[in-house]
Amino acid sequence: MEQLLYFFELFFGGLTRGSIYALIALGYTLVYGIIELINFAHGEIYMLGAFTAMVVAGVLGVYGLPSAAILIIAALCAVVWVGAYGFTIEKIAYKPLRGAPRLSPLISAIGMSIFLQNYVILAQTSDFVSFPQLLPELPFLEKIGSIMGESDFIILVTSTATMIALTLFIRYSKTGKAMRATAQNRTMALLLGIDANKIISMTFIIGSALAAIGGVLIAAHMGQINFAIGFLAGMKAFTAAVLGGIGSVPGAMVGGLVLGLCESFTTGYFSGDYEDVLSFGILVLILVLRPDGILGKAKVQKV
Amino acid sequence: MLELRNVDTYYGTIQALHDVSLTIGKGEIVTLIGANGAGKSTTLMTICGINRPRHGEILLEGKPIHRLTSDAVVRHGIIQVPEGRLIFPDMTVQENLDLGAFLRKDAVGIQTDLDYVFSLFPILAERRRQLGGTLSGGEQQMLAISRALMARPRILLLDEPSLGLAPIIISQIFSIIRKVNEDGVTVFLVEQNANQALRIADRGYVMENGRVVMADTAQKLLESQQVRKAYLGM
Repeated sequence: MEQLLYFFELFFGGLTRGSIYALIALGYTLVYGIIELINFAHGEIYMLGAFTAMVVAGVLGVYGLPSAAILIIAALCAVVWVGAYGFTIEKIAYKPLRGAPRLSPLISAIGMSIFLQNYVILAQTSDFVSFPQLLPELPFLEKIGSIMGESDFIILVTSTATMIALTLFIRYSKTGKAMRATAQNRTMALLLGIDANKIISMTFIIGSALAAIGGVLIAAHMGQINFAIGFLAGMKAFTAAVLGGIGSVPGAMVGGLVLGLCESFTTGYFSGDYEDVLSFGILVLILVLRPDGILGKAKVQKV
Repeated sequence: MLELRNVDTYYGTIQALHDVSLTIGKGEIVTLIGANGAGKSTTLMTICGINRPRHGEILLEGKPIHRLTSDAVVRHGIIQVPEGRLIFPDMTVQENLDLGAFLRKDAVGIQTDLDYVFSLFPILAERRRQLGGTLSGGEQQMLAISRALMARPRILLLDEPSLGLAPIIISQIFSIIRKVNEDGVTVFLVEQNANQALRIADRGYVMENGRVVMADTAQKLLESQQVRKAYLGM
């Protein structure tokens, strides 16, 4: 019984962690699907989401609103603000390089990542700052409190709802269809009157908004953030995206969850020290053995 | 209706079109024939705003359109069915057709046009839930033409619709092109299959190495010794 409970605790812990990875991984995969760029500044977008929410929550805290309301408003502000960052980053760092060799936008992405980290150090601080305790108490979780806490529950529900909304959007909305069309064949999309620039901007905004949600959730869960949290989370999410098959939206979700579960079980049954070793070991193995990932399609080079 | 005046198009430093001038009248079927690499597809891509002409101008009903973005060109009713059909393989037939009507907002008109293309190609109605990539070559060509018709074009540009298809499918496609034209759509048809193309066209242009070398009525071109020798194998 004890062991079973422990297993479930690790299981839900893994899902929580994995759903955050999935939210960030979606940003990598959406952008890659459309312009075949690994947006290495994406982890910083997640970090900016956490900081934005912290600042907004700090201001709102003065007015004595209920904490759940503060969390929701802060999260919405983070989504909008960081979406604007995503839009701007694409215009500044990637759009001018669209015809350039593939290495150039990649270097530009790394540059943007370093810039954003240092910008946050200068604008905020390089130390850890505490994120206010905003998660509401959920009495109905008391019975299962040992295997799933409030933050786990809220992260799971929010990220699941977000991913369902994204899936429906991509599948049924006009913009979603245009995004898929642009990803499958940009020239043809142009010939049908789809404004590819608008679709690319839209992709960056959506990806950034998802990362912001992840950032706010994790900040509320951990209670402290600093400028560097985006780097590791970004690398992990990138691993998740590759694991699921980069360019595939369900792949990013599956990859995130699988990676989260693997990490959680490794930490729980072996040692927490090997968590990162495992993640990046998986990345190396996937790249060597199955570069198309779990759900990715092997690209057949037609001659 | 559509006029190209002295158009030069380059890929980097390589000049693909040299001083191309041609006109397409309202309601006509005009064909552009020529060998591989003659510049036929480049001509279409230049009209559609994918490639930019370095010199010259493209006029639609007298107004210049060569500086417009590709979506603005589509908004003016110029739609291309590109070479190789370029179906979205991971989307259903229905979704491919929906994207044809991407810029339109008139739900009623879209439904009318959907019924129209299904009446032209009943097989597509049967396959509307199937992924585009699972269709045969002929069906994909039908889908590509239908998708373009969903934009309600005023001028339909077709790039080698006969490429890689069985003769029976080719004649079916060509009779549909003629029908679409009779229903009021101006057609600009690029073909290597000169025989078929000249038979349904009103006028034709012959292109070689990026230049228009002959222009005449389709009938005259069919009879011309030069065309017969070079393109009809007679």
